Amino acid sequence: MDAFTTHTGTAAPLRRSNVDTDQIIPAEFLKRITRHGFEDALFQAWRQDPEFVLNRPEYHGVSILVAGPDFGTGSSREHAVWALQDYGFAVVLSSRFADIFRGNSGKAGLLTALVDQDVIEQLWTLVEADPSTSITVDLDAQTVAAGDLTATFEVDPYVRWRLMEGLDDVGITLQNEHLISEFEGSRPSFKPTTVG
Amino acid sequence: MGRTLAEKVWEDHVVRRAEGEPDLLYIDLHLVHEVTSPQAFDGLRASGRVVRRPDLTVSTEDHNVPTIDIDKPIADPVSAAQVDALRRNCAEFGVPLYSLGNVEQGIVHVVGPQMGLTQPGMTVVCGDSHTSTHGAFGALAFGIGTSEVEHVLATQTLPLKPFKTMAITVNGALPEGVTAKDLILAVIAKIGTGGGQGYVLEYRGEGVRGLSMEGRMTLCNMSIEAGARAGMVAPDETTFAYLEGRDRAPKGAEWDAAVEYWRSLVTDDDAEFDAEVVIEASELSPFVTWGTNPGQGAPLSATVPSPDDAKDEVERVAIERALDYMGLTAGMPLRDITVDTVFLGSCTNGRIEDLRAAADVLRGHQVADGVRMLVVPGSARVRLQAESEGLDQIFLDAGAEWRGAGCSMCLAMNPDKLAPQERSASTSNRNFEGRQGPGGRTHLVSPQVAAATAVTGHLASPADLANA
Ligand code: SF4
Repeated sequence: MDAFTTHTGTAAPLRRSNVDTDQIIPAEFLKRITRHGFEDALFQAWRQDPEFVLNRPEYHGVSILVAGPDFGTGSSREHAVWALQDYGFAVVLSSRFADIFRGNSGKAGLLTALVDQDVIEQLWTLVEADPSTSITVDLDAQTVAAGDLTATFEVDPYVRWRLMEGLDDVGITLQNEHLISEFEGSRPSFKPTTVG
Repeated sequence: MGRTLAEKVWEDHVVRRAEGEPDLLYIDLHLVHEVTSPQAFDGLRASGRVVRRPDLTVSTEDHNVPTIDIDKPIADPVSAAQVDALRRNCAEFGVPLYSLGNVEQGIVHVVGPQMGLTQPGMTVVCGDSHTSTHGAFGALAFGIGTSEVEHVLATQTLPLKPFKTMAITVNGALPEGVTAKDLILAVIAKIGTGGGQGYVLEYRGEGVRGLSMEGRMTLCNMSIEAGARAGMVAPDETTFAYLEGRDRAPKGAEWDAAVEYWRSLVTDDDAEFDAEVVIEASELSPFVTWGTNPGQGAPLSATVPSPDDAKDEVERVAIERALDYMGLTAGMPLRDITVDTVFLGSCTNGRIEDLRAAADVLRGHQVADGVRMLVVPGSARVRLQAESEGLDQIFLDAGAEWRGAGCSMCLAMNPDKLAPQERSASTSNRNFEGRQGPGGRTHLVSPQVAAATAVTGHLASPADLANA
C-alpha cells in the first residue's frame, strides 16, 4: 500500500444519499476471482445513463468523490471499496458513512473523510460550477481545501496512522516478523507439515 | 485459576501480545479451497508477497466439483474459473493441492483429519465456516474471511481478540439409536442459532466421551450453526487411537512427545467457563429439522409446530414463514413428511462411519419408488474405503446413486441441486431457504434417519423399519 499524506485531484459530485453497496457494485460481480478490474462495475446501473456524473466528459479523471450522507450502507462486500479504487478514487467525502464500509476502506487504503454536510454542499456547488476545481486533502493536517474553502475532516486515528505509514494489515503484522520467526523456532518438531 | 482447553491452546500460540491490541496468534494449519482463496492469492500477487509457509498449507477442490463424470471439464463457467484459479495459484505459490481425481481430494474438513494433519492443540483455519469440525481433536479451529486468508498466507498468523468459552455438558451415555447428529440438532434447538455467538463451545461429559472421532467431528462441525466461532472436544485415547499411524501423524519418539503434550490439553478442574449448558442424554431421541434454520428442529416423534406455540412475535413470524416456505401444515406428524430426495454426504456426515451406519440400515431394503438417494463420500479415500468394504454395492443394490467426492448437494454450487419445491432429507448442516437449490426444501437428519427415510419415502428412523 502506498503511503498517503496529501492528495490533490478533481472531484465528482454525487448528489445522492443512502448509496448502498448494491448500487456501488451489484452482486453479480462477486463471482469474480480477481481483486482488481472492478472499475467498469462501479455504479453500474447508473452508468447506463449518459447524464450520470461519471459519464460526463468534464468529470473524467476525477479521484475524489463528494457523496451524500449514509454512503456505503448495505452488505459487507469489500468489492465496493475495490471498485471505487479501481476506478481511480483515492478519497470519498461524506457527512456519514456506513461502519462496515468505512472499516473496509481503511483496510484497503481508501480514505473516507467525514465532513459536515454544509461542507459537502459547498464542494458540490464549487465542482458543479467548475469541474476543473482542484481539491487538496491533507491527511496530516486533516483538512480539505478547494478555492477559498478550507475545512477540517474527521478520520479514525488508527486508520490515519495506517494510511500515512502506507500499511495494510499484512504490513502491520510483518513489522513483527522477527517475533514470528522466533515463535517458529520454538515450535515442537512433532507438529505436522503438508509437504515432504 | 485453572484454564479451559480453549485457553490453553490459545496461550500456546501467542506470537505477540500488547496492551489494547488483539493477540497475534500463530496458525499451525491453513486449509484452502477454491471459493474463498482467489482474491487472497491475487492480493499477495499485487503486493509482491509470497506464501510464508506452503508446508503448513494444503488445498483441495470441493465446493464446485461435480460428483459424476469427474474426468470431463467442469461445465459451469464460474465453477470452472474458480477451480482453474486455484490450480494456477497453488502452482505459482508452491502450495500443495489435491485436485479432482487425486486420491486425497475431497471436502477440506474430511481431508485434514483423514491425512492425520489435524491434531490436538493445533490452531487450524480455513476460509470456510465449518472449519469448526477440526475442533473434535482438541484443536482450536475456526473459519476466516478472504482478507484473513491473505493475511495467513502471507504471515502464518492472525490478529485475534480472545473468544468467550461455553461448556456443553452431556450427562449420561447417548441412548441406543441416538447419534451425534441428533445430539447437535438438539443442542442448537435448545440454545438457538445465535446462542453460541462469540463463544468457543467445549463439548464434554459422558455422552461426548463415548463418541467416535467421526461423531465428535459431526458435533463440532455444526457448532457454527449455533452461532459459535468454534467447537472443541478434549483429546483422549479415542483421539490418539484415531491418529496413530496416519500419514501425517508423528512417529516413534515424536509420537510419544506429542501424546504427552496432548494429555495436558484438558480443561482444569478449577477453570471457569463464561457460560454452561447441560444436556441430559437420556432425554434425546432421533432429531430432525422442520424449518429453514438449523434451530428449527424437533424429535422425529413430534409434530410440526404451530405459529401459536411461539413465545414471541418474532418467533411467530419465523415459524409462519418457515412453514410457508417448507410447504408444511402445523400439527402434522413429522413422520408424515414425504421426501423425493435423500442426500447422504457433506463435511457433517460424509465420513466412512456415516456411510457404514447408513449402509447397515439399507442392507436388504430398497429405496422407495419416486425417491432418489445420492450417496456422496466426503473424500476420494472415503469412497475407496467404502468400496473395499462393499458398501457401494449395498447402496447400489438398494437403488441409490454412488458418487464421487465433494460438497455436492450440501450447497447449490455444483450440478447436484434440488429443483424448486423438491424436498430432501439431508445429512448436511444447513437448511436455509434455497441452500440445496432455489426453492428446494431441506430436512436435516442423521445418516441413519436418512437411510430409513429413503426406504419408507417419509421421515423415519431405523426403528420404524424394524416395526414395519
Ligand atoms: S460440505 Fe457443505 S458445509 Fe461442508 S464445506 Fe462443503 S459446502 Fe461447506
